[in-house]
Amino acid sequence: MEHYISLLLKAVFVENMALAFFLGMCTFLAISKKIEAAVGLGIAVIVVLMVTVPVNNLIYNNVLREGALSWAGLPNIDLSFLGLLTYIGVIAALVQIMEMVLDKYIPALYSALGVFLPLITVNCAILGASLFMVERDYTFGESVVYGFGAGLGWALAIVALAGIREKLKYSDVPDGLQGLGITFITVGLMSLGFMSFSGISL
Amino acid sequence: MSEAASAKQVLFEPIFKNNPIALQILGICSALAVTTSMSVTLVMCLSVIAVTACSNLAVSLVRAQIPNSIRIIVQMTIIASLVIVVDQLLKAFAYEISKQLSVFVGLIITNCIVMGRAEGFAMQNGPWLSFLDGIGNGLGYSVMLILVAFFRELLGAGSLFGYALMPVVNEGGWYVPNGLLLLPPSAFFIIGLAIWALRAWKPEQVEAPEYKMSRHTTKEAF
Repeated sequence: MEHYISLLLKAVFVENMALAFFLGMCTFLAISKKIEAAVGLGIAVIVVLMVTVPVNNLIYNNVLREGALSWAGLPNIDLSFLGLLTYIGVIAALVQIMEMVLDKYIPALYSALGVFLPLITVNCAILGASLFMVERDYTFGESVVYGFGAGLGWALAIVALAGIREKLKYSDVPDGLQGLGITFITVGLMSLGFMSFSGISL
Repeated sequence: MSEAASAKQVLFEPIFKNNPIALQILGICSALAVTTSMSVTLVMCLSVIAVTACSNLAVSLVRAQIPNSIRIIVQMTIIASLVIVVDQLLKAFAYEISKQLSVFVGLIITNCIVMGRAEGFAMQNGPWLSFLDGIGNGLGYSVMLILVAFFRELLGAGSLFGYALMPVVNEGGWYVPNGLLLLPPSAFFIIGLAIWALRAWKPEQVEAPEYKMSRHTTKEAF
């Protein structure tokens, strides 16, 4: 249990997807002007990550990994080079399925997420989490916790940034820095803040 | 745009005038994470240029055959296959660098430059122009990345491409390296300042402020 808690805390704070690995930056910068939008996107990312990372973990361990196909009588096959194609396919398919399921059973959440769901397919935080999961060789249980933690960390970061940007629009920024420029610098400062967590060893 | 003049335009416009990172907000993730040393950055840039150009070419060639409803998946498949080729080549011929790039080669798939250009340009234009557009946008991305990597490696480690230019104090030299530049946040500052510089040079790129401050009304104070 303690192992899982420390993995969770590490994924949320120390290895924050957005502020320590810069994943999902495009959406992070583009959709952080309003807090409501940021909260919706953050929830969508948490849900998608919680589903895709464990599913990709199962696929990697049971199909793609070297020798993983031995249950089918093919012990010498190594399909790991197909990894990237499989993960992105799984992510695209799952996002599509989730969209349909939410539309049918939880319409309130569906309309709240709106356009953000399909956008998530091309969010690199999602693919990045799957790739980190493979690189670090997580077990199934660890991958569930990691997926949730990574999503939570990302959501936390985007909501915080949206909060700062809502205040920031009333400040007098030099012309050239207006918009994107000042956002980059703000994110840099936030990232510095999050670096203070890196000293924590769990 | 006339056909003859546009080839050059398509190739060079993205480098400063319509830079993918500074203006289109595309492909920022990898721009920040791989820029701690010049050699790693250069490999990353070459990979991105190759993938963008080839995927634009391929998407443009089949654009008439793709049904509109599944175009994203088709584009994804083309891009993912190209990235797998690049990834395998790097693992075979530049293993050390591919270890340092770790997951970021795979993340070229979701690099919005590749996807954005395939969707925004290659779907409407012929193969040759799309190929040039891919190279142009790749170059625009590379210029920004190399600029960031130049400052980060030079000031952070006192070297370029791994050769020590400014001998650091630890090895008996005179330069006290600025460790902050090797840490993630510095990339944000450098890109933010670079955008500022670019917009000071080309003022038409400046974004309109969302909220105009009203003029100071109490004149008596002066």
